[in-house]
Amino acid sequence: MNQEERPIIQMHNIEMHFGSVIALSGVSIDLFSGECHCLLGDNGAGKSTFIKTMSGVYKPTHGDILFEGKPMHFDDPRNAIKAGIATVHQHLAMIPLMSVSRNFFMGNEPIKKVGPLKLFDLDYANRVTMEEMHKMGINLRGPDQAVGTLSGGERQTVAIARAVYFGAKVLILDEPTSSLGVRQTANVLMTIDKVRKQGIAVVFITHNVRHAFPVGDQFTILNRGHSMGTYRKSEIDQNSLMTMMAGGEEIQDLEATIQGEK
Amino acid sequence: MSDSAQLNHTTDERIKEFSKLRKALIRPELGGIVGTVAVFTFFLLFAYDSGMFNSRGIMNWSIVSAQFVIIAVGAGLLMIAGEFDLSVGSMIGFAGMMIAIFSVTLEWPVWVAILVTFAMCLGIGALNGFIVIRTGLPSFIVTLAFLFILRGLTIFLPQVIVRKTIIGGVKDVAEGDWLAVLFDGKILTGLFSWLGEEGLIATFERGTRAGQPIVSGVPMLIVWAIVLMLFGHFLLTRTQFGNWIFAAGGDAEAARNSGVPVNKVKVLMFMMTAFCAAVFATCQVMEFGSAGADRGLLKEFEAIIAVVIGGALLTGGYGSVIGAALGALIFGVVQQGLFFANVESSLFRVFLGVILLFAVILNTYIRRIITGER
Repeated sequence: MNQEERPIIQMHNIEMHFGSVIALSGVSIDLFSGECHCLLGDNGAGKSTFIKTMSGVYKPTHGDILFEGKPMHFDDPRNAIKAGIATVHQHLAMIPLMSVSRNFFMGNEPIKKVGPLKLFDLDYANRVTMEEMHKMGINLRGPDQAVGTLSGGERQTVAIARAVYFGAKVLILDEPTSSLGVRQTANVLMTIDKVRKQGIAVVFITHNVRHAFPVGDQFTILNRGHSMGTYRKSEIDQNSLMTMMAGGEEIQDLEATIQGEK
Repeated sequence: MSDSAQLNHTTDERIKEFSKLRKALIRPELGGIVGTVAVFTFFLLFAYDSGMFNSRGIMNWSIVSAQFVIIAVGAGLLMIAGEFDLSVGSMIGFAGMMIAIFSVTLEWPVWVAILVTFAMCLGIGALNGFIVIRTGLPSFIVTLAFLFILRGLTIFLPQVIVRKTIIGGVKDVAEGDWLAVLFDGKILTGLFSWLGEEGLIATFERGTRAGQPIVSGVPMLIVWAIVLMLFGHFLLTRTQFGNWIFAAGGDAEAARNSGVPVNKVKVLMFMMTAFCAAVFATCQVMEFGSAGADRGLLKEFEAIIAVVIGGALLTGGYGSVIGAALGALIFGVVQQGLFFANVESSLFRVFLGVILLFAVILNTYIRRIITGER
């Protein structure tokens, strides 16, 4: 639907070598605002390496990255965050013992000046946190509720809401559903959908096609550092995605083997 | 989003309302408050007639408590930031000795001696922090090394310079020094002499000071304790930096990912602990008029115990400065109260061990409530 628009990020022929290991060999994707781009692949396929080149953690060995049409060179992940590329990691940047609102504004505390003193504006922080969490469909007991009492899915949502609130244009989600139950996964997928509808480009990394398919607009499959192609949702179905991810017929073979043994 | 977006809080039937008790339990100060009430109740019942609660008795345990408060504030902030400092006691001995050497032996003006000593202590604190950050070693080990290094130097330097381990005469050289007054003076002396005249507090009955109150004012030591406590509490709960302290101690890696300058926070907190130790040492040297190589022994552990009684978690990321100060108050009141009540003083250590164990168990339980771990 957004194909006429210019992509917000273009990654062209990205190669990444670690010593003698070729982690990525020529992967290209185009990211559009308001779309969810799913990056699928088994463990070790190069998904994490690929997004780390996008978020400025690694510099690709070869290849170009264009951000809003201009070549992008981030020396530091912090510059990427400032430019609007936010990553929500598998291991969240959340501190269980601290309250939701203290976590939400961690590193970006709102300041209230009282005379010469610069105070942490807790009232403002609490109010915004409650509003933002409510928008995402989470009702907190209170802004002082500790993050440790939230479920895994709720924590993911807090992290996503935080990135969005602080102006992310591109949101990279690294395996947000991998350790969640069915219901919590559904909640996180709903959150992804809400974020996408706000016009943010979402990169959703997962090895679970059934999680990716409902929210994805485009799907790129990685296998051992190679791209197996990018498909729009209308061009492909879940089974073909699954087959490509497994790198051919392995799953079917496996199925046959197991059935045969019965 | 300008005006209050209508938050219509639908309640989730699966969220159990926390009982008031559980809610109160997760306040880190709770243990300290309960302990303080218990301790005062106990001594009011069993040692009321001992003189513990007349003006001199109150001043006695207030001073001891204030000493504990000063070091507990530093140790508390550092523990919440996720680190320990075991060199506090040695730092107290070292700082006191340096002031005495500079002012008495080298005959520097006392204010210069104090300022140079503070600078040295802050430098050592920063070095502690720097080594911890750079090597990634536990602060427990790094500061344990400094416990021995500083204590060794505190014994070695005066022996080499003046062939003694105690240097006296600080009181004489500090007479009239503008900076020494900040550590040695008394405030509210007018109020206390008025109270004495009105017969509300005890006065000397004979001698050259007849008619003057026995307690002539509030020593600066207590003022320092209160100021440091209020500063620490304010810093921790009301400022951006305070949020960073919690974050650095809660999960340093997560805090870094969110842009918190964790290293800076930790180094500054090591310096804060060193500053508190230097304040303690200066007050002590000015009061006694001498510096001894054995001063401050075991203070690091007493500070940590006070902080833990005050509800802080040993693992960092959770605690309260007010709690730590209450822990210090409990500490001081019990130590002096047992003396007033004529209880064998060695029992104080038994009490300390028991209450420490109890506090740690309680804190662990509270941690489970907060994080929802089972």
